[in-house]
Amino acid sequence: MSDHESTYVPKTGIEKWLDSRLPIIRFGADYMALPTPRNLNYWYTFGGILMLCLVIQIVTGIVLAMHYVPNTEMAFASVERIMRDVNGGWLIRYVHANGASMFFIAVYLHMLRGLYYGSYKAPREIIWILGCVIFFLMIATAFLGYVLPWGQMSFWGAEVITNLIGAVPVVGEPLLIWLRGGPAIDNATLNRFFSLHYLLPFVIFGVVVLHLWALHTSGQNNPAGVLIPKERTAKDTLPFHPYFTVKDGFAIILFLILFALFVFYMPNALGHADNYIPANPLVTPAHIVPEWYMLPFYAILRAIPDKFGGVLAMFGAIGVLFVIPWLDTSRVRSMRYRPTMKVFFVIFVIVGLGLGWCGAQLPDAQVVPGMPSFMLLDGQLNSYLWLTRLLTAYYFAFFLIIMPWVGLKETPLPVPASVSEPVLDGGIPEKKG
Amino acid sequence: MGRHGSIGAHERCDVTESVELNHDGHGGGDDATRRDFIHIAAGAAAVGAGVMMAWPLVNQMNPAADTLALSTIEFDLTKVAEGMQVVIKWQGKPVFVRYRTPAELATIKAEGAVGSPPETDADRTKAGHEQFLVVIGSCTHLGCVPTFNSGDYGGWFCPCHGSHYDASGRIRKGPAPRNLDVPTYEYVSDTRVRIG
Amino acid sequence: MTIQNGTPSTVFKIVASAVAALSLVAVAAPAGAAGGEAKHPRSGGFSFEGPFGTFDQAQLQRGYKVYREVCAACHGMDLMSFRNLGQPGGPFYDSHFKGGPADNPYVRVLAAEVQVADIDSETGEPIMRPATPADRFPNPYANATAAAGANGGAAPPDLSVMAKARHDGANYIYSLLSGYVPAPEGLQIAPGQYYNPYMAGDLSPFWTGDPDHVPSGGFIAMPNPLADGQVTYDDGSPQTVDQYSKDVAAFIAWASDPHATERKRTGMGVLAFLFIFAGLTYASYRRIWKGIAH
Repeated sequence: MSDHESTYVPKTGIEKWLDSRLPIIRFGADYMALPTPRNLNYWYTFGGILMLCLVIQIVTGIVLAMHYVPNTEMAFASVERIMRDVNGGWLIRYVHANGASMFFIAVYLHMLRGLYYGSYKAPREIIWILGCVIFFLMIATAFLGYVLPWGQMSFWGAEVITNLIGAVPVVGEPLLIWLRGGPAIDNATLNRFFSLHYLLPFVIFGVVVLHLWALHTSGQNNPAGVLIPKERTAKDTLPFHPYFTVKDGFAIILFLILFALFVFYMPNALGHADNYIPANPLVTPAHIVPEWYMLPFYAILRAIPDKFGGVLAMFGAIGVLFVIPWLDTSRVRSMRYRPTMKVFFVIFVIVGLGLGWCGAQLPDAQVVPGMPSFMLLDGQLNSYLWLTRLLTAYYFAFFLIIMPWVGLKETPLPVPASVSEPVLDGGIPEKKG
Repeated sequence: MGRHGSIGAHERCDVTESVELNHDGHGGGDDATRRDFIHIAAGAAAVGAGVMMAWPLVNQMNPAADTLALSTIEFDLTKVAEGMQVVIKWQGKPVFVRYRTPAELATIKAEGAVGSPPETDADRTKAGHEQFLVVIGSCTHLGCVPTFNSGDYGGWFCPCHGSHYDASGRIRKGPAPRNLDVPTYEYVSDTRVRIG
Repeated sequence: MTIQNGTPSTVFKIVASAVAALSLVAVAAPAGAAGGEAKHPRSGGFSFEGPFGTFDQAQLQRGYKVYREVCAACHGMDLMSFRNLGQPGGPFYDSHFKGGPADNPYVRVLAAEVQVADIDSETGEPIMRPATPADRFPNPYANATAAAGANGGAAPPDLSVMAKARHDGANYIYSLLSGYVPAPEGLQIAPGQYYNPYMAGDLSPFWTGDPDHVPSGGFIAMPNPLADGQVTYDDGSPQTVDQYSKDVAAFIAWASDPHATERKRTGMGVLAFLFIFAGLTYASYRRIWKGIAH
């Protein structure tokens, strides 16, 4: 894969002329001919889906910026003007707003796929780290974008999240004022958030290029998690085109169907009704919740009783992802051959969903209504506060304890020698279609 | 996007065929034409999807509904004094409403059809309201706003590149290719016009 | 849970359920939003619900009448222009008038019935003139402070996007407007406050009765605005508070999302296309992968 040689032969005179100056056709042709593990399943289509998501967000975003006014007096009305008066504006804006959610659905599945099949393990650590950078930039971009419509959730979300900076010891307060451009969230904040929201997607695009570059240098992982030696390339791989263009294409269309269901039939289901109330710095909504894709991290933030501690935990929850390649001690990549780890992984997925659920609840609310419980330290045991703490503990334990420990202790199943060579037990089923 | 956008567009059957033969040596028992058809249909659908997605992105740049809604304005002519003009804004452009003096009218009527294209003053005004001239106040050369009551013909003079218009807004000298444009308008009452 | 070389159906079942779980989390968010327990809105049985639902034009016309004659005294709709009334899907849309909403004589007349503030283009003096289709609905108050001042400190909210700004918008508006009941015995109400069981809030601090049976709902600064027979309908519809509430809720739902019908119709076409596209691509995929072990 990494040592894949170019098979492109320029045919016409123009192609030869161009090839010796800017081998862009060769680049495209090589990409299309890239040897790709033949056993990639549908979980491997999310990379392509994410690329489409990024393009959709950038294109619709550029178009929306032609009509949006980043001014506290006019932002809300300008978004509504897009929805009412701009030709097809309702469609473009709903695609952009729901596109953010679709982007996160795809990125979470993409990350879980990488986690399950051990796609972060050597020699793919850089791919994984770049992916974490992209994820972090996505969260930043989504947060900045959510502020722009200047509704109540926009404003108070910005208020609460920027206040996290104020938790930093000593420099917190001046940093907060610097970030906001004033003592409170106001026009200066909105203007810079708009500027940065426009900028960051292009930074993401740049990191995506690096992510793909690293991917094509070390080669794609596959569900079996085995490396493909050079001499087996012909047997274990297929050219990217047409095999994986058509497979990715099919998956993309199914994803677009889901996307279209949201855009056309429940465009506001993933948002919060309060964001259709214009921002009011004097009235806080009864219950501030971030967008669904931030909820697990928001839950972790609230689980820690100390303000700065909560901020550290929240950033730590993202930060720990960066060091996964060195936390996993297993010799085997794919959890397909790691029965013990697989169980912990499934629990991790449930815990992630649970944290998301907790993030949307009031911390003091009862988890099991009516069940008697007792005070433990600062809260009732039967409360979302303690459930969140329990789940947060598992979240960190999964990476910091379970991953190194299980990797050393468990006995993996026999791993196939190669992608196309099944073993007696646990090999790759030969399937048609 | 490149890798996916190209599913259909670049999917040539010969490529598919050679790849299949290279790897598995199977040719399939299907009729080649039918196989072509499926791939071409999927490719065409991909191109169609691209076009459908592109259209709203193009169309959004056309004037929005609130912009179009301002395409009509009404104006009360009693606000213009004889021998003067009032400049009003219509669709973001200046419109000159000029109340011409009997002397100006006599001069331009005597000239007959002049300008480019040659027009009489009657062609450019409404019958019964000949004293009022309504023209779009941007020079037909490159869009500057001509100055009232100056130039060699007693109408307007464009300071940008020296076009001279007469009191009927007809181009008489200079680089402008056309007479000042007369917008669509009508008298809703004796003293009120609706422009647009 | 095993993630093997799944067939598309199993893989996407898993994806779909994950998505469903995620969206459940999102949808659940507003559930805990109310500080207290408001009564769950009653259904207005609206024609525009569901993927095929469209607005009932006669209902929108009645709803506009209720808004104009009752609500507009206190509530602005700053994002609405009179021309919107005549746009496709609007209450007074008529395809006969080719010149667009401004060409529609109903819209012109409805606009002219309302006086809007303007600046005299000659003298610069503030004047009032009849509205044109291009004008926005005038706000009854000069500014938010004036609105709050005239209403005991609570500015009447703008209604332009009210149906989107409340969970279950149309049903909520309908329920709230038709849901005024006398305050329960034992509820301490401050002057200028009214009780409504559908209003969000927490009444426990004001409740002197049984603490386990705090009444649902909250305080609202708006007195019951509607009474039977208050607005005259020309189409024979019942002139009741229930009907007024339903009609004005429908009108506000339309005003909040005026392209809803167009959106659903477009969605049908897009989905039909995507299903055909998916079928073709799947057929192409099967042919390309025919006989290839993976």
